[in-house]
Amino acid sequence: MGIQKTYEEINEKIRAGKAVVLTAEEVSQMALTASPEEIAEKVDVVTTATFGAMCSSGAFINFGHASPPIRMEKIRLNGVPVYEGLAAVDSYIGATACDPENPKYGGAHVIQDLIDGKDIELEAWGKGTDCYPRKYIKTVINKNTVNEIFLFNPRNAYQNYNVAVNSTPQIKYTYMGSLLPNMRNATYSTSGELSPLLNDPELRTIGLGTRIFLGGTQGFVVWPGTQFNTSKPKNEFGVPVSNSATLAVIGNLKEMSSEFIQAAYYEKYGVSMFVGIGIPIPVLDAEIAKRVSIRNEQIETTVLDYGVEGSPALGRVNYAQLRSGKIEVQGKKVRTAPVSSLSKARKIADILKKQIQEGKFEITKPVQMFPTNTSLQVLKEVKGGES
Amino acid sequence: MRKKRYILKFPPQSGDKPLSYHLVRDYDIRINILKAEVRPGKTGSLVLELEGTKENLKLGIQYLEDNQVSCEPLDKKIHWKQERCINCGNCTAVCFTGALVMDPKNWELKFDPDKCIVCELCVPACPLNLFAIDFRE
Repeated sequence: MGIQKTYEEINEKIRAGKAVVLTAEEVSQMALTASPEEIAEKVDVVTTATFGAMCSSGAFINFGHASPPIRMEKIRLNGVPVYEGLAAVDSYIGATACDPENPKYGGAHVIQDLIDGKDIELEAWGKGTDCYPRKYIKTVINKNTVNEIFLFNPRNAYQNYNVAVNSTPQIKYTYMGSLLPNMRNATYSTSGELSPLLNDPELRTIGLGTRIFLGGTQGFVVWPGTQFNTSKPKNEFGVPVSNSATLAVIGNLKEMSSEFIQAAYYEKYGVSMFVGIGIPIPVLDAEIAKRVSIRNEQIETTVLDYGVEGSPALGRVNYAQLRSGKIEVQGKKVRTAPVSSLSKARKIADILKKQIQEGKFEITKPVQMFPTNTSLQVLKEVKGGES
Repeated sequence: MRKKRYILKFPPQSGDKPLSYHLVRDYDIRINILKAEVRPGKTGSLVLELEGTKENLKLGIQYLEDNQVSCEPLDKKIHWKQERCINCGNCTAVCFTGALVMDPKNWELKFDPDKCIVCELCVPACPLNLFAIDFRE
């Protein structure tokens, strides 16, 4: 029987300032000379992180009631349409929302401006009711004038992601960046061996209630993310070879920093948001030690052709190859470029490591684990209204 | 010998002078045209790599300026708000000359103006809109 540690034992060490914490990159280096058993004995927590564009993000906000009050049935923040179907003065700012007339400033920019404490123009309309007689309001808000604002991202931290290329003669503008014609480039996301869900591929330690670093503050994992898929093929190292599990996360936007939440606009695609996430993985036993020791050359992903309908797979590469600057796709050498920031991810992993070392961040035993048998539905088109 | 890249801008009336001929013949400067937008009657822009002795380059540029052609080093005309850069790498995907690359040590963006040909693909590729190129007026 090898070493076994509990969450509480590790937290006691954290509170005593005695926990041994490494980043996922550091532990992968350590594993070159140390066995999983030795790592489980010496290391208590491994920090992982990612900083990439995550389109399925947004924030709930409560504006507070004006006098006389209004039931907001159409709402604009700096001209960006935000969700109006939630009570009188609650709303959800979707990161990708925008006014088609001003496509380069969207919900993510509103969120970033709120984080930065900037004033935002609020304009709202209602039909007027007996209890909410007002029909129109135009005012200015910022994060200090409103009640709650919390980030609630339905799908973040994708476990692995595919590589994008474009085999057609025309440039393609995508959320994976501008893809040059005739496979002149290949783009990849995820922070490889530092990426959260690639270090705990079975989600043994990450579940409902896991405390995480989110956008510069402490947040939580609250649900499996949308499109959570555990049925993707895995390689010999137990890692899915394309995008699979995801996380829904939550955190107090008023405590966040735009250093770790950044609005983005992709040419001829639209608005998205870079989200900084760090997740600590407790090294409970040798099996987890082995998982967090995974190296870039052991993590593979699938190359997809974004130029062709259905995005057919063209091959499989690993992250050591992707980071080398060149991969081979169907016999052709293709230049690679990242589209998520490894330098920011490293910064987050280091901050989280320091917070745990200083006893400011404790690990959490999940309240409930996530399902292990999910797959994806496709949207079927049925003949509507004809029967 | 020195080699450096410049962005030239010249007024409509100087478009009919064989300026490059004089640079080559009178100042012994080797010219490599990297990008040109010259239309009759309009302000023209040119990206050139000039190679020559320090003294000849100075005289050649003086000659251009005497003919109302502005000549500024290329790196002075490309503006990258580095302090806001998140080092995502999107610009490196489109930079086929290798002027914008990720430093493999710290994975931060490096810009080498000597490799830039002012193709301008990085301008729309940056999701934070941090590049501006002062190529045309």
